[in-house]
Amino acid sequence: MKRYLIVWAIICVLLNVTGNLMAQEMVQIKGSDTLINLVQKLTEVYMEQNPGELFAITGGGSGTGIAALINKKCDIANASRLMKAKEVARAAEKGVQAKRVVIAMDGLSVITNGGNLVDKLTLDKIGKIFRGEITNWKDVGGTDMPITLYGRQSNSGTFVFFRDAVLKGDYSQKMRRMNGNAQIVEAVKEDISGIGYVGVGYVKGAAGIELNVLKVAARAGADYASPLNASEVKSGKYPISRPLNQYLNGSPTGMVKDFIAFELSEQGQEIIEQEGFFPIPDAYIEFNTNSVGI
Amino acid sequence: MRFKEKVIHSFFFLNGVLVVIILLGIFALLVFTSIPAFKEIRLSQFFFSGIWNPDAYVKPAYGIVSMLVSTFLITFGSLVIAIPLGIGTAAYLSDLASPRVREIAKPIVEILAGIPSVVIGFLGIVVVGPVIAKIFGLHNGLNALNGSVLLAIMALPTIISLSEDALKSVPKSFEQASLALGATHWQTLIKVKIPAAFSGIIAACMLGMGRAVGETMTVLMATGCAPAMPQSFLDSVRTFSSTIAIELGEVPYNTTHYYALFAVGLVLFIITFMINMASDIILHQYRKVTK
Repeated sequence: MKRYLIVWAIICVLLNVTGNLMAQEMVQIKGSDTLINLVQKLTEVYMEQNPGELFAITGGGSGTGIAALINKKCDIANASRLMKAKEVARAAEKGVQAKRVVIAMDGLSVITNGGNLVDKLTLDKIGKIFRGEITNWKDVGGTDMPITLYGRQSNSGTFVFFRDAVLKGDYSQKMRRMNGNAQIVEAVKEDISGIGYVGVGYVKGAAGIELNVLKVAARAGADYASPLNASEVKSGKYPISRPLNQYLNGSPTGMVKDFIAFELSEQGQEIIEQEGFFPIPDAYIEFNTNSVGI
Repeated sequence: MRFKEKVIHSFFFLNGVLVVIILLGIFALLVFTSIPAFKEIRLSQFFFSGIWNPDAYVKPAYGIVSMLVSTFLITFGSLVIAIPLGIGTAAYLSDLASPRVREIAKPIVEILAGIPSVVIGFLGIVVVGPVIAKIFGLHNGLNALNGSVLLAIMALPTIISLSEDALKSVPKSFEQASLALGATHWQTLIKVKIPAAFSGIIAACMLGMGRAVGETMTVLMATGCAPAMPQSFLDSVRTFSSTIAIELGEVPYNTTHYYALFAVGLVLFIITFMINMASDIILHQYRKVTK
């Protein structure tokens, strides 16, 4: 009998503890692999300043994050692409009013191995390489070796953005589908014949030594610009710069609102720069004010 | 007392039936969720086209042939590596190893079975891949061979422990008769014991194969996942299971793509089911023989 009582006591305590944990509000953030490290860093600093507020951040890709937002499984969806019209419609069907906030700028970087001679390409050539129309480095000014393509999987916002903005067609079936930005960086570091695309925050530290971060020109004859140069990304001279977004369900309140305000504050934008991305230009500051009032 | 016994009896009966119900439930779910896919996809395209590209920029394509070839390619590769190694280890453990070695080696083999597939996948990226690249003079090692090596590692514990059981259950009299006729230890093992335990060993290999066919995480990490039709073991491959794992997370519900993924799952289910069924039948045959 006594033993039963003890077991009961333990069960009750456990239920109580888990109950309390569940009751404590935790902001769920989910989505883009490009944004995950950055947002992780932002929440860490924010939680230090606001003890007691809890955030849980998971990746999975922009598509996964947006799907979670639509299914009300997260509070903030990180997305390195815009929501598709279909997704907006499905969200509306489920009563989710998706609001977009732009928190940082990314110069989507095309990278090659540090031992590769090619250090700049036009947008058109990059498209041809990833569509599988150019398959040897010698056709773009490199040595005679086959090109190995590294890209993302289809749940990635970067996969979709790069396809729509640069390829305007389908990826080569031979492109290796990697599991995240970090894996592409690691693979290209190892592979002299490799080429890949990642968020600029992921080339920090390796650029110039193990990796070439390619200078890109919008068309033949135009100036080449580097994604590592903040002003060229901000001004749009670098042709594949893009906003990094967060989607919310309706206008934010409470913890979510405070956190978004922190991200957009001077301190938040400084952290974004430390992480290798770029602060948002005035046009997007205005956009955010119109969208969510922050 | 009578009543209590009845209750207990029916409780265990329900437990037994539950597994069958779950299996049938999964099968029914897969079938019914797959059917709508074929409203838009022609069966001939699904089964005979090698191009799988549901999020196409222009026109989506749903063909499973290259996935089918990829899945069988790495499974075949893993068996080529794992079967000789597994049977060799099993023969060593059951016949040659001293009791002390066996006591240490057997648990280690069983621990191998418990290593999470993510960890093995990681090994594939940082260890096996670079080694393969170096040996074959490639620029990278994310290919079918890498997947095969890793799946072989994962199938080994199953093959070793089941083959060892099979070898052990060969009656002692077989061995003694062979030795008494003047055969050497080696001859006895190769010509008497392994043939006697053959169906048990085959069943072990098929169960190992069943594990390899459905394995997801390891393959997803180590094979590069390019959807193109593989030309050799040194090409990147994308299997059924990795396709489902990659795409199911973000696919909008109740779309053709969603149903098509379930259809892929159904194909995979049928393949593994047939493999397990075959190994079960062989195992039964073998039990009858040894009894």
